[in-house]
Amino acid sequence: MSPTLTNGFGSKARVDWDSIRLDFPLISGNDLVYFDNAASSQKPKAMLQAMENMVEHSYANVHRGVHTLSQEATDQYEAARKTVARFINAADDAEVVFTSGTTDSINTIAFSFGEAHIQPGDEILISGMEHHANIVPWQLMAQRKGAFIKVIPVLENGSLNLESLDSLMGPKTKLLSLVWVSNSLGTVNPIPYIIQKAHAYGIPVMVDAAQAAPHMPIDVQAIDCDFLAFSAHKMGGPTGLGILYGKRALFENLPPYRGGGDMIDRVTFEKTTFQGLPFRFEAGTPHILGAVAFAAVLNYLSGIGMRQIEERERQLSHSLRCQLKADFPEIQLLGTAPDSVSVVSFLVKGHHPMDVGVLLDNQKIAVRTGHHCCQPLMDRFGIHGTVRASLAFYNTEQEIARFLLALRKTIRLLR
Amino acid sequence: MNPSMNEKADMLESDFAMFDSWEEKYEYLMDLGRDLHWPKNRAQTDNMLIRGCQSRVWLDHEMKDGKMVFYASSEALIVKGLVAMLLSLYSGRTPAEILAFKPDFIDRIGLSQHLSPTRSNGLLSMLNTIQRTAIALQNA
Repeated sequence: MSPTLTNGFGSKARVDWDSIRLDFPLISGNDLVYFDNAASSQKPKAMLQAMENMVEHSYANVHRGVHTLSQEATDQYEAARKTVARFINAADDAEVVFTSGTTDSINTIAFSFGEAHIQPGDEILISGMEHHANIVPWQLMAQRKGAFIKVIPVLENGSLNLESLDSLMGPKTKLLSLVWVSNSLGTVNPIPYIIQKAHAYGIPVMVDAAQAAPHMPIDVQAIDCDFLAFSAHKMGGPTGLGILYGKRALFENLPPYRGGGDMIDRVTFEKTTFQGLPFRFEAGTPHILGAVAFAAVLNYLSGIGMRQIEERERQLSHSLRCQLKADFPEIQLLGTAPDSVSVVSFLVKGHHPMDVGVLLDNQKIAVRTGHHCCQPLMDRFGIHGTVRASLAFYNTEQEIARFLLALRKTIRLLR
Repeated sequence: MNPSMNEKADMLESDFAMFDSWEEKYEYLMDLGRDLHWPKNRAQTDNMLIRGCQSRVWLDHEMKDGKMVFYASSEALIVKGLVAMLLSLYSGRTPAEILAFKPDFIDRIGLSQHLSPTRSNGLLSMLNTIQRTAIALQNA
């Protein structure tokens, strides 16, 4: 396996994608075309090996025991935090909190930021292409606090209406929470530009990077986001683990979201004082095995190089898009924004996405159909759902060819 | 004389057994879907929607001579075909007949994945609704 690099940017070396595919046991031993990576990605052997290694040699609870094994486990868990911090270029390891997933990360900030900073009449800005996980937590908070949700509109091509930003941002806007890459359209939003714009108004920005982190290098200092969330399971890591990054100055003054063990400084029945970052936001026993395994996956990805991964995935999804456009007049592509990655969302004109999905499934093609947890976005386009093919770097041009053949047959059967 | 529900289920099973390939099974199913029409003089409203479906499924019924007559539709053709099959089996039966019938025929025709209790589609919910309605009518 390739050596660990210091960040996610990787080397310039040529990558042997055929041999990389062999690192993924489920797909390498199977003729299934797995194009549902945006829902969850397949797992590399590196993840299994890291879990197995810890279970066999160094597993115990963390942060508690004076005994050697607990120390070893703690060291590995904290080393995992350092690996994540390096992967996203955080200034400080303590700015990285382990959560249960992107949803949990967003809920944490919605609650804690809401408690600290939101007054009745304040506004939270989101966009019209958010996943439900970046809508509902803010609605719950807004209801509790008497605040309002404002929405950046989506243009016909599936990109954001950036011209509306100035009219939507103002003194009442207390936070912008925005998706980096749309899970249902693949649109890559110009996050650095939007963050700069929000900061000019003094508005902190939370980035939902669930569909960005798997596909491109992330540098939280370069984009200057205030909070950022992503999930391990969408990028080769285990389920049940997510990351919440927060810029120290803002993050460390937020009240805790959940109470329990590990997050306290001193507990009496009258009053409890809390730990600082990151432990304040990690109540209870964390996902120790998951964090350690995820670190191994990040090292594996860095070994390939996130730039190389991004390039590869852009090539594959571009190829799929172009072939669909050129050879399938029956297809309507959703989301034709100039910048997109991994996701290709479409409709077979006159046919329900589910029929397409079922017929593809019978030909061993795994795609997602439905609203992709983005009902407001589907409403925007006046549809109930799409067929979504989402690619990962371990997919191949041969698989795209098989997919297109299966799609051709599907359309014939539907006629 | 109408065939009993069990006899009708056997007929459906042997219809499907004629097809060797999955393609033919689905083509047959989609043909059934194309032939299923919601009565023109009957409103199709949101309160008839079955919850938990990826494709929307509407279900309505009325009583005729002690028998339950069902009307249903779906926006997805494959689901509509399955719905048509369910109606050919369940519509025009008494509540007692419906409750006595064991709905394992979908398994028998090799399409059981469409009745999985996940969010994939609303057929299971549709069967549950039919059965609940039958229970309510029997107890009325």
